[in-house]
Amino acid sequence: MSRVRLAAVGQARSGDKGDLANVALFAPTEALYEVFKREVTPQRVKRLFGRFVKGTVDRYEVPNVRALNFVLHEALDGGAARSLRSDPLGKSYGSLLLRMEIDIDDNLLRQAPPQLHPPE
Amino acid sequence: MRSVRVGAGQGFYGDTPDGALDVARNGDVSYICFDALAELTMAILQKDRMRNPEGGYTRDLPSFMRLLLPIAREQGIKLITNAGGMNPQGAAAAVRSVARDLGMDDLRVGVVSGDDITTRLDDLRSGGTTLAHLDTGASIDPVRDRVVFAVAYLGAQPIVDALQREADVIVTGRVADASLFVAPMVHELGWAWDDWDKLAAGVVLGHLMECSGQATGGNFSGDWWNIPDLDRVGYPICEVYDDASALISKPPGSGGWVSVDTVKQQLLYEVLDPRSYMNPDVVADFTSVELLAAGHNMVEVAHVRGRPRPDTLKVIAGYLDGWMGTAMIGYSWPDAPAKARRAAELIEKLATRSGLEPLEQLVELVGVDSLHGDAAAPAADTNEVMLRVAARFASEEEAARFPRVAMPLALNGPPFIGGSGSPGGPRALLGVWPTLVERELVEPLVEVHVQAAGAAS
Repeated sequence: MSRVRLAAVGQARSGDKGDLANVALFAPTEALYEVFKREVTPQRVKRLFGRFVKGTVDRYEVPNVRALNFVLHEALDGGAARSLRSDPLGKSYGSLLLRMEIDIDDNLLRQAPPQLHPPE
Repeated sequence: MRSVRVGAGQGFYGDTPDGALDVARNGDVSYICFDALAELTMAILQKDRMRNPEGGYTRDLPSFMRLLLPIAREQGIKLITNAGGMNPQGAAAAVRSVARDLGMDDLRVGVVSGDDITTRLDDLRSGGTTLAHLDTGASIDPVRDRVVFAVAYLGAQPIVDALQREADVIVTGRVADASLFVAPMVHELGWAWDDWDKLAAGVVLGHLMECSGQATGGNFSGDWWNIPDLDRVGYPICEVYDDASALISKPPGSGGWVSVDTVKQQLLYEVLDPRSYMNPDVVADFTSVELLAAGHNMVEVAHVRGRPRPDTLKVIAGYLDGWMGTAMIGYSWPDAPAKARRAAELIEKLATRSGLEPLEQLVELVGVDSLHGDAAAPAADTNEVMLRVAARFASEEEAARFPRVAMPLALNGPPFIGGSGSPGGPRALLGVWPTLVERELVEPLVEVHVQAAGAAS
C-alpha cells in the first residue's frame, strides 16, 4: 500500500452553478476507479475543502467516463457575482481535490499510467 | 443518412472571435452557435442595462458580427447567439445596423425574447409561484426588494421557429447554452419534440461545445503541456446524423486536441446530478453517454438517453448585495506571509478609524492560500506574497474609499513592499437566486420576430 496524492493518478475539472460548485474526478483505469470510489468519500472532500464549503457535499458516480462528480453546496461565497474571493468561479477547486492523499495498492499503482510532468 | 455540421463560436462574454472565424473558414459547417452568457454575465449585462436602457447585450456583439457576417454570407452559414442577454431587441437592432453598414439589407435577423420576467415576479408570486430558492428552499422575501433582474432559461423551440422563418442570424436572451446548438439539429434533422433520446444527444453535444476551447484542449487537467498551439485552438465542431449519433472534431490545421480525455472533462463541467441534466427541452442522462476515439482529433458521441422535459423552467434572479472594495500590496522575503498578515490587521484598523463599516472582509495571501485555502501546505521560506483584502460594504462610496485607507502602508507599514494599489474601482455585488417557474407561465409570452436588416422598424 502506498499513500499518493490524487494528482499522481487522476484528472479533474471544476466549475460553478450559483453558490454550488462541481468537481469531477477522473480515474485512468477501472481498477483505480474502484479505489477512488472507496477512498474519495464526500466526507473526506468536505474536510479537505474546509472553510470554502459551508454546506454539504454530494457524490455521483459516472461509470461511463470513470468519474466521480462532487457537488459542493454553499461553496462559492454566495456565487460568482457576489463573491469576495480571488477564484469566484471555483475553477481551481479541481486542483484542490487533486491534493487529497489516498491509499493505493502497489500492484494497482504500477499498472497506472506514469505521472507526467511539464518540462522545466 | 441526413446530417448537419454545427460549430462553436464563443464560450463566454470576452471570448475571441478568432475561433469562430476559423470554424467559418475551415470548419465546413452550416451553423455556428455562440454562447455568450453565464450567471455572472447576466449580472454584468444587467448592470449595463441599469446604467443605460439601450445596453444590456454583450458589447462585442457588433464587432463579432462585423467580422463574421461577410464570411457567413459567402459560405451560407447561419449564426445563432444568446448575446442578447438582458436586451435581445437592442442586440438585434445592433446586428441589423451592422448588416446595413455591410450592404446586407436583405440579411434576415431573428430575435427571441420573453425570457425576462423581471417585471412579472410579483404577479407570479400572487399567482402561487413560490420563487423559493432552488437549492436551499429559502423564501425570496428577504431579498425581494433588491431583485434587479429575473430571467427564465428558454429551450430550442423559439430558435427553430426563427429558422423556419428563414432567419440568417438569430439573437436571443437567456436561451439555455446547450439549446442554442440543439435548435439547428432539430431543424435540419427533423427530430420530434418528444424524441427524448435524440434531444438528449443534442443537449450533450451542445454542452460539449458551449465552452468553446474547453472541449478541445483548453483547461485540460492531463498533460496540458503537450497540447499543441493553444494560441490558435480550434473550436469544437460536431457532425450529427439523424439517428443522433455524432462526431466531435475541430477545424483542420487548428491548434488544440480532441480526445476522449479532453471531451470527457468537458462532459461533466458545471454538471450536478449526471443522471438528470436538466434542460428546458429534455432531461439528459449523462451516465448513458458513450465516448469513443474515432480517429485523429475526432471523438464519437453515442447512445445518449433522455427522459421527458420538466414541467418547470429554471429561473435566475439577481439581487443587489452590496459593494466590494479591494486593497492589494505585495510583500517580499523574508517573512512575507507574516508581513502580509500584519498589514491586513493595520488595514482593518485604518478602515475602522476612517469610519468605514465593512459588512464582511476577506484576507487572502495570494501565493499562499487564496486558491486552496487551509489545504495548501505553508511554504517553508516564501519568496513573495500578494496581500489581497476584499471587503463588502453597503455603499459604493465606502467601497471606493476602502483601498485608499491602505495606501499609507506604502511608507508606514512592514518593509519590502513590491507594488501596491487598487485593482479597479468598486464593484457592485449581485447575489444569484435560482428558482423554478411553471413553463406554461412563461412560454406563451415568448416572442419570435424575424426581420430583414433593411426593413423599416
